[in-house]
Amino acid sequence: MKQTHIMTTPILSIRNLTVDIPTRHGVLRPVNGVSYDVAAGEILGVVGESGAGKSMAGNAVIGLLNPPAHIASGEILLNGQRIDTLPRDEMRRLRGKQIGVVFQDPLTSLNPLLRIGDQLTETMLAHLDISPSEARKRAIAALEEVGIPGAAQRVDSYPHEFSGGMRQRVVIALALCAEPSLIIADEPTTALDVSVQAQIIALLKRLCRERGTAVMLITHDMGVIAEAADRVAVMYAGQLAEIGPVREVLAAPIHPYTDGLMGSTPLASRGKDRLHQIPGAMPRLDALPPGCAFHPRCPYTQDDCRADPGPRIEDGAGRAACFHPISRTEVA
Amino acid sequence: MVDMRLPPEELVTGDRSRLALALQSDFAYQFRRAPVAVVSFAVTLVLVLGALFAPLIAPFDPFDPASLNLMNGFSRPMTPNAFTGDSFWLGTDDQGRDVFSTILYGMRISLFVGASAVLFAMVLGITLGLLAGYVGGWTETIIMRVADVQLTFPSILVAMLIFGIAKGITPVEYRDQMAIWVLIIAIGLSDWVQFARVVRGATLVEKNKEYVAAARLIGRSGPAIMVRHILPNVLSPVLVIATISLALAIIAEATLSFLGVGAPATKPSLGTLIRIGQDFMFSGEWWILFFPAATLLALALSVNLLGDWLRDALNPRLR
Amino acid sequence: MALVSIRNLTRIFDVSKPWLNRLIERKPKALLTAVSDVSFEIEERTVYALVGESGSGKSTIGKMLVGLLPPSEGHVEIRGIDLAQETDADKIESIRSDIQMIFQDPYASLNPRWRVRDIIAEPVAARGGKTEGLAERLLEQVGLSARDAGKFPHEFSGGQRQRICIARALASEPKLIVCDEPTSALDVSVQAQVLNLMSDLKDEFGLTYLFISHDLTVVQHMADRIGVLYLGRLVEEADPDTLFDHPAHPYTQMLLAAAPKLDGFGREVPPPQGEIPDPINPPPGCAFNPRCPLAAERCRTERPTLRDVRGARVACHFAG
Repeated sequence: MKQTHIMTTPILSIRNLTVDIPTRHGVLRPVNGVSYDVAAGEILGVVGESGAGKSMAGNAVIGLLNPPAHIASGEILLNGQRIDTLPRDEMRRLRGKQIGVVFQDPLTSLNPLLRIGDQLTETMLAHLDISPSEARKRAIAALEEVGIPGAAQRVDSYPHEFSGGMRQRVVIALALCAEPSLIIADEPTTALDVSVQAQIIALLKRLCRERGTAVMLITHDMGVIAEAADRVAVMYAGQLAEIGPVREVLAAPIHPYTDGLMGSTPLASRGKDRLHQIPGAMPRLDALPPGCAFHPRCPYTQDDCRADPGPRIEDGAGRAACFHPISRTEVA
Repeated sequence: MVDMRLPPEELVTGDRSRLALALQSDFAYQFRRAPVAVVSFAVTLVLVLGALFAPLIAPFDPFDPASLNLMNGFSRPMTPNAFTGDSFWLGTDDQGRDVFSTILYGMRISLFVGASAVLFAMVLGITLGLLAGYVGGWTETIIMRVADVQLTFPSILVAMLIFGIAKGITPVEYRDQMAIWVLIIAIGLSDWVQFARVVRGATLVEKNKEYVAAARLIGRSGPAIMVRHILPNVLSPVLVIATISLALAIIAEATLSFLGVGAPATKPSLGTLIRIGQDFMFSGEWWILFFPAATLLALALSVNLLGDWLRDALNPRLR
Repeated sequence: MALVSIRNLTRIFDVSKPWLNRLIERKPKALLTAVSDVSFEIEERTVYALVGESGSGKSTIGKMLVGLLPPSEGHVEIRGIDLAQETDADKIESIRSDIQMIFQDPYASLNPRWRVRDIIAEPVAARGGKTEGLAERLLEQVGLSARDAGKFPHEFSGGQRQRICIARALASEPKLIVCDEPTSALDVSVQAQVLNLMSDLKDEFGLTYLFISHDLTVVQHMADRIGVLYLGRLVEEADPDTLFDHPAHPYTQMLLAAAPKLDGFGREVPPPQGEIPDPINPPPGCAFNPRCPLAAERCRTERPTLRDVRGARVACHFAG
């Protein structure tokens, strides 16, 4: 299978990102030396279980880390420009203009006291050089684009007058209205029903394709990743475990963690009495084992896995952070 | 911060004693880092210990007429008396009573009345709040309407009303003994509403949690669920209110005593001492008023600051 | 005889505003029909799964089954005894101790102020039974350590808490456990551990489960029989193979098509149309008719009843 390689500079580029949280018991490192790129028109899925650091990495990109959490090292580049060193004010402007954000709970992104039309036009007027009447027209167009029936009437409704799925559409319209080059969607469908989730995923894919927006889709749901993402980054205990095209990583994982994760989904075990299970649990951030963080749960652990430093994905190349990846030559 | 896991207690503590565990807790850590809390706790502790051990600490027994010498009246602080040559730290009042000793004994009464009133209000408020929140329906409507009505009267007014009624129905010879208990009930009754409101609110949240459903499922009775399951989970806000209420109750007691409807002159509380002291304010004997008033201020302020800190420390949303 | 028999179960909630608001705004009472005329049976030692999206009434049925909610109409019979009608206290007591429940949120379902030992033993202690060593034994049975009995819930992860919940549910030696979304708050790898544990315990203790979930893949793995709910109505009932390979009801078909597939790379399916209607004013006739590709005039007037279609029970005029 051939991947068309995108030669232009990626929209978002994260290099060796490390996030630290100093606590009185020592420094916790929820994101540890993570690197990945998102290209224009591409959806990068970031998966991991709770505590893997996937949301924390997303928050670092949009500059919304809660103190005392902070970026300890590494670089975040948006369209080739460093954004992790920007002052707060500039970062806030950038967040509305260049980066759109969709969170799990649509109510956190919408002001309950303002009509949604006003929230959309306000964002557009702040970032785009257009007249208020033009902004209103565009607001209605944006609502139509995300599939809200009767957009011209509903533009003057308040957030509470929409259902959960419709609210998430409004949030997507809001994230898109300033025409950002990057969208960060953090568990955008987790709170929604299956049928509504399918609608939202289809919407995200269409917008990404039509507008060439880069999307970072953070979720714990492997099925959503499989259907929506072009490439996938699997995180474990703050580190990147495996990254690559979604077909390769999900269908033929070479990191034992990805393999275990895929195997433990009920779909993968159809017809079996028991589900495949990974023993143990993800280590807490203050009790990471030496070497590879996955070695205590890994069926293929050898001596070198226990020694520091653990395996890393080399910058820009490589697929899995593993000394003994699963050989797929006979499978493929 | 959804993804952050808090440090595990077992890693930090190992198997050390309970005391070591408590000192290691986040609560103790926060406390040590808050200078206001440490200072107000220290002041409160000193004052409470002083009141508790008044008979051991106080150089004189101000209520023992035999030890009083009228000649010692109006001694200035730290100055030998012109007639007897006796010296008193904080001076004496018109009857020759040592101001320092009367403050210690007065604080005993103030604290006893304040703490008992808060305890009374707490028990009443928690019971009614739990009932209103858990049972709901008409029970809730009646309890909360009574609370609303009560809130429209200033609490001092309520206390004075109860005091007045009690005074009317007690025989004269018991009045002085009854005064303290009437004070406690009067202040407690004017204070239960906020306990009831907070407990009802917390109960409404807790009763919809699944551990309550699990208890109902196995056939636990309503009272058992209220007392054993819900009560322990609504106590942290109660603790905060109780602390702040204690400061308010001490002030209420002082106010009532100052107005002459509280603790009698034979068993003076801080408020009574201030009332007595104000008669001498303009005749130059300032210490008779000043020292009890300063003590009251220090006590109420430090307890209040402690309550404020406690509210912040126990409120997870502010962290 | 089936262990559980649910007949024409209906639950209506009064979601009206307070009467004074109604008086001023001149609005009638608002009644929400969460469960409408649902009937099914659960055989002993099987897993019956209820699937549906939010508002389908699946949790409400679970609560009525365990007796946390009284039914508005219809009956829940366990071993032929209707708890809502029975007057013999001993019978009620014996049935009640046969039913237990596991909840969705492992953080809210354990009292944070109680030690694990007391939490697990409570179902037995409440009936005055002997609890010595009980919690320790059960903890080991669910894959935790006996030493955990002295700890408090906050010292455990979500998956471990759910194990504690399972241990509590087992304490009174029940026959039937109602599992309300037991793994939807858990990560995939932890979910696998908990589901495996539940399967093992079912075999070991001869348990019967009513398994409530919105996750089709979990249901497919666990269930012996599946009931699909839509807006409080049972629209289809079948065994997993029949249901997943030949779904008969248009709603089931839509649900299966919409569920993300692990091998659905770049899958482009037309997403489902519309949303679940307002349960206060459900559409007349078949509740699914506004979203259904097959809908005809008959569907808008006449509510379909369950009928047998190739090994399944389906409430649709046109299925089959």
